[in-house]
Amino acid sequence: MAKPSIAVHKFSSCDGCQLAFLNAGPDLLKLAELVDIRHFLEAGMADEDAKVDIAFVEGSISTRDELTRIQQVRANSRIVVTIGACATAGGLQALRNLDGRHEEWKHAIYAQPDFIQTLDRAEPVAAHIEVDFELWGCPVDAAQLLAAVQQLLFGVSPLDVRDKVCAECKRQQTICVIVADGQPCMGPVTRTGCGALCPRFGRDCYACYGPSENPNTAAMGQALAGLGLPPADIARRFLFINSQAPAFHRAGLAHYRAGFADE
Amino acid sequence: MTATMPEQRFLPRESLQTLFDVLAERGYRTIGPVVLDKAIQYVELSDASALPTGWTDDQQPGHYRLTQVESPRCFAWANGPQAFKPYLNRSREVLWESRRDSEGNLEFVLPTPTDKPLAVIGARACDLAALALQDRHFLDQARDPGYAARRASLFSVAVHCTHPATTCFCVSTGDGPRATSGFDIALSELDDGYLVETSSDTGRALAAALPLQPADDEHNRAAAAEIDAVAQRQCRQLPSDDLRQTLFSRLDHPRWEDVAARCLSCGNCTSVCPTCFCHSERDQVELGGARSQHLREWDSCFSEGHGHLHGFQVRPETRHRYRQWLTHKLDSWHDQYGRSGCVGCGRCITWCPVGIDLTAEAHAICDDAIEPEDSA
Repeated sequence: MAKPSIAVHKFSSCDGCQLAFLNAGPDLLKLAELVDIRHFLEAGMADEDAKVDIAFVEGSISTRDELTRIQQVRANSRIVVTIGACATAGGLQALRNLDGRHEEWKHAIYAQPDFIQTLDRAEPVAAHIEVDFELWGCPVDAAQLLAAVQQLLFGVSPLDVRDKVCAECKRQQTICVIVADGQPCMGPVTRTGCGALCPRFGRDCYACYGPSENPNTAAMGQALAGLGLPPADIARRFLFINSQAPAFHRAGLAHYRAGFADE
Repeated sequence: MTATMPEQRFLPRESLQTLFDVLAERGYRTIGPVVLDKAIQYVELSDASALPTGWTDDQQPGHYRLTQVESPRCFAWANGPQAFKPYLNRSREVLWESRRDSEGNLEFVLPTPTDKPLAVIGARACDLAALALQDRHFLDQARDPGYAARRASLFSVAVHCTHPATTCFCVSTGDGPRATSGFDIALSELDDGYLVETSSDTGRALAAALPLQPADDEHNRAAAAEIDAVAQRQCRQLPSDDLRQTLFSRLDHPRWEDVAARCLSCGNCTSVCPTCFCHSERDQVELGGARSQHLREWDSCFSEGHGHLHGFQVRPETRHRYRQWLTHKLDSWHDQYGRSGCVGCGRCITWCPVGIDLTAEAHAICDDAIEPEDSA
């Protein structure tokens, strides 16, 4: 039986999630024995049009060429897995969706805005094609990524862990930074997967893993206000990295006003 | 006031280190309270000078702060988020491991316990009451080998509580402030030292190795008065220590919706609760599938996995999950373990990020069913 084949595709992103593969160390070598890696530019394999069993997609859909390329990825792949906040919920670049000032921003930022061929919105992959499994995080966690790979190789759906960061904080005996330090931690509405990385180092979670299951964003917003955050900052807490995740999108817009950035 | 005061001897403050030394000589790994990451936490320690001398706490619903005061005392605070529960009922534990060889044969391996016997210094009455309930679950109901091994060798040095937090209500549940069982040695802390009482043979043997002096009447009176004063300082209480059927007959009470609007369903209350024991299991498979660890992890009735039965979710919304927590803890525990699952430590109130108060919720739901005490 031939080894299963995989591809790692990059769209609009910083490449940080591909690094989760590259940083896997000995597991990366083992992975190379288990699967046939057909396309993974950052690791040196280039065959963009290869037909594969599993395609991992990093990055949001943000340019005209990506609109067609993502359709090609879907057509060539048995299973499509998005990796990271950009591919799964738009990422930072989707902040431009919020107030429709894409052209204005492009001209304010770039010396030669004509070179920037971006769409006026950046969208999650699932807005364009059917996605089989989503891995969250900015960046994704290598252990979670490899666990998903192993489960797919076993022929089962990867376990979708959607518990709150708080659950992992408590398992690690991490002291709650909201209760003991008054920090505006997003842990109670954010899905775990990072190992409660930020609270373990005494800082508040900024929700880079996106919404947990059953997130009470209204009560979270009130708690943030109670900790002294003005509405603009509450909006930023929800919209920062996963603004296209519906629960955070709605919660953020409840506190958001166009023009915050200029204040 | 206890009718028959146990015999107490006096350990001068400057001799407290001998307690640590004697435990170490007897092969114990000793854990006790220290200030770490802005909270009182129980960690391994061998030196009495690491205790939180002069530290005290301010606890409110959703609020915990430590402050330092001018005091020689090491135990002048109410508990932080955890005491010794995580050392017995571990938050993450490998139950077994499976290995597959190149021929495809499977081998199942149990972990080999390598722990030294554990001694805890500073156990409070609420936590010892909770320990008795954890025992009911992990020893009586379905014997858990890992828990049983760690529990069998546990040596506990209790400290009677003289500094309740505003969130504490152990007097109302009958579990404190004086530790009455479950310890080997108990200490009453005074400015100049400790009154020492023993309640097991191991405790008596260990106390015999300490430089104890006779306790004078003044010490005995002062220590008893401090513990008794705790009752006056606790302002919270449950509607009753037996809410059997009271909660279950109010499953449609509007308060469940009300609390669900405030509740983050983050599970912090259950994670800090010293009696909660719910867990989930999963397999952590090494890439390639040749080795797999079967893990047990703390779970919570506030998680989706906890309410997931094959094919459907029995507790989709927060109101179902909060109701599960309260009805189990205060009502059906009676049927399961012969008492309420609440020991009045107040952790669920302090460590709730939005400050939901279990006693206030219980009152809102149950008060119309309970006769006021003075009219009984």
